[in-house]
Amino acid sequence: MLKFDNISKIYKGNKAVDNFNLEVQDGEFICFIGTSGSGKTTTMRMINRMLTQTSGTITIDGKDIAKMDPVKLRRQIGYVIQNIGLMPHMTIRENITLVPKLLKWPEEKRNERAKEMIELVELPESYLDRYPSELSGGQQQRIGVVRALAADQDIILMDEPFGALDPITREALQDLVKDLQERLGKTFIFVTHDMDEALKLATRIVVMSEGKIVQADTPDNILKNPANKFVENLIGQDRLIQARPSITTVGQVMLANPVSITPGKSLVTAIRLMHDRRVDTLLVTDDAGILKGYIDIESLDYNFNTSSSVSDIMNKDIFYVKEDSLVRDTVERILKRGFKNVPVINKEGILVGIVTRATLVDIVYDALWGDENSAPHEEVSGTTTETANENNPSSTKEG
Amino acid sequence: MTSFLQEYGAMIISKLWEHIEISGMALFLGVVIAVPLGVLLTRLPKTASVVIAIASMLQTIPALALLAMMIPLFGIGKFPAVIALFVYSLLPILRNTYIGINGVDPVLKDAAKGMGMTNLQSIMQVELVMASQVIMSGIRLAATYVIAWATLASYIGAGGLGDMIFNGLNLYQPKLILGGTIPVILLALLVDFILGQVEKKLTPKTTRN
Ligand SMILES: Nc1ncnc2c1ncn2[C@@H]1O[C@H](COP(=O)(O)OP(=O)(O)OP(=O)(O)O)[C@@H](O)[C@H]1O
Ligand SMILES: [Mg+2]
Repeated sequence: MLKFDNISKIYKGNKAVDNFNLEVQDGEFICFIGTSGSGKTTTMRMINRMLTQTSGTITIDGKDIAKMDPVKLRRQIGYVIQNIGLMPHMTIRENITLVPKLLKWPEEKRNERAKEMIELVELPESYLDRYPSELSGGQQQRIGVVRALAADQDIILMDEPFGALDPITREALQDLVKDLQERLGKTFIFVTHDMDEALKLATRIVVMSEGKIVQADTPDNILKNPANKFVENLIGQDRLIQARPSITTVGQVMLANPVSITPGKSLVTAIRLMHDRRVDTLLVTDDAGILKGYIDIESLDYNFNTSSSVSDIMNKDIFYVKEDSLVRDTVERILKRGFKNVPVINKEGILVGIVTRATLVDIVYDALWGDENSAPHEEVSGTTTETANENNPSSTKEG
Repeated sequence: MTSFLQEYGAMIISKLWEHIEISGMALFLGVVIAVPLGVLLTRLPKTASVVIAIASMLQTIPALALLAMMIPLFGIGKFPAVIALFVYSLLPILRNTYIGINGVDPVLKDAAKGMGMTNLQSIMQVELVMASQVIMSGIRLAATYVIAWATLASYIGAGGLGDMIFNGLNLYQPKLILGGTIPVILLALLVDFILGQVEKKLTPKTTRN
C-alpha cells in the first residue's frame, strides 16, 4: 500500500502540491489528471524521491520512504519519465535492461528479459541491437514503457507515457498496461491529460488543481457525480452526456408501483383493475411480490368465459430486467424486442417497477441533448442511441 | 642536413624525450585533477563560479612569470616546471568538463537517477560519456598549450627542446633554433592527432554504423 499523508511541496512560496492525502491499495490503477501545472508530476516524483516533500510523509507498506535508501527505492519502482529519456549511447537492449543491470542480474537473464520486453510491445527482436536514434518517436516511447517494467517492479510511475503515439499504438499500449495491472496486480500511478485515457485505465481517478485533490473516485462515480464545475469541464460535456445512460441503472429510471395482481384473483377483479388504472396489461406476482408472469387484455377477453382466475390465463413467458443492471445494457434489448413495457425485479425476484417505452424515450433524449431544453428537434431514433453507447468510454472496458 | 642530424640528432632526441616527459606529466596531472574537479563543480554550482574564476586568473599570468614564481616555491628543475605547466592545463580541461557535464541533456540525468543509478554511476555511465567530446577538446587544447609552453621551462632548468631554442638564441645559431622549434611543432601536431583519435574512440556510438 502506498500512502500520502499531508504531503506538501513548496517552491519559494508557491505551493506546487498542497496537503495531498491519498491511500493507494496494491493493484490499483490511479490516474492523476488535471490542468498543466496542477502538481501531477511533482506529486509523482516524490514517490521515488526524485523530489523531497516540504512536509508530510509517504509510506510504502507502512514504511516511511524518507528512511529508505533512495537508490534502492528507485530500483524497485518503475518510472517512465515525461520525456522518455532513453540513453542515446546505449542499445535498445541496454536501455531496456538498465535497471536489471544495476540490480546485477546475470547477463543471460537480462538478455532473456530484453527479448520478453520487446515482444511485449510488439517490436521485432532485431531492434534490440539498434540505438534509440534509429527508432521512431512512438517506438522509443514503447521502449521507455518497458524499461520501467523490466525489473519486475511492483509500483510503476508513468508520466504521460503515451503522449507521442498514434491512436492505434496508444490503444495497444493502454491495453498492455491495463493487462499488467489486472493480471499481475501491479500498482500504477499514471499521469495523463487525456480524460478518455483516464476513464479507460483507472480504477480511481485523482483530479488535481493547483496542487490539491479536487476529487478522487472511480471513473463511474466521477462521471456520475462530478464534484464541481472544474471536474465537469475536465470531463467535457460530451462525455457527461454519453455517460448518463451508461452508468444509470434501471432502478433509477423505472416507474415504481407497477400495477400488479396475484394469481388467485378472479378475472373480474383483473378487468376492473385494468379499467381503473387504464392499463392493458397486468403483472402477476405471488403473495411475496415475486414476479410470476403477466396477463393482457387480449387473452383476458378471449378466455373470459372459459376461465375464472388469473392463474389460468397467466403468460409465464415474461421478459424482465433487473433493477441494478445498467440502462445501457438493456435499452437496446428492450427497443429491439418491441416491448411496450418491461417489468423490473430486484435480486430476490420481487417486482419493484416497470420501464415503459416512454421512459426510454426520455433517456435517449437526455443522452443526446442533456437536461436543457435547447435540443434541436431532430428525429430521435434507436440507432442513434446505440452509437452513443458504443462511443461510451467505460463500455469499452468491459469488452 | 645530414651533418646537422649527425651533430645534433642525439641531442634532439634526448631533449624531445625530456619535453615529452615534462608536458606529459603536466597534462596527466591536469586531466587527473581537472576532470574530477570539473565534475564535482557541476554538483556545487555555487562554488563552481569561484573556482573557475580562480583558474581563469591563473591562466592570465604570463608563462614566464609563472615559471619564475615556481623558483622560490619549488626551486629549479623538472618538478617546478611540471607544476607550472599543470596550472596552465587546468583551466581548459576544468572549464570544458564543467560545460560538457552541465550540457548533458537534463532528461538523461533525470532518467539515470530515476532508474536508480547512484551519482557515481550516472557520472561514469552517462554524463562523462555524453560529455566526452567537449572534455576531450579541452584536453587537446591543454595539450597544445602545455607542449608549447614547455619550451619556456628550460628557463628554470627543466630541460626539453627549449634548451636548444634558447641556446640557439644566445649563440645566434638559427640551426639550433629550428632544431628545437620544428620538433616542438611536430610533437604538438602529433599529440593533437593522437588525442583526436582518442576523442573519436570515446565519442559514444548512437547508431549502428
Ligand atoms: N523546480 C521547480 N521550481 C519552481 N517551481 C516548480 C518547479 N517544478 C515545478 N514547479 C511548479 O510547480 C507546479 C506544479 O508543477 P508540475 O510539474 O507538478 O505540474 P504538472 O501537473 O505535472 O503539469 P504538466 O501537466 O504540465 O506536466 C507548477 O506551477 C510549476 O511551475
Ligand atoms: Mg507533468
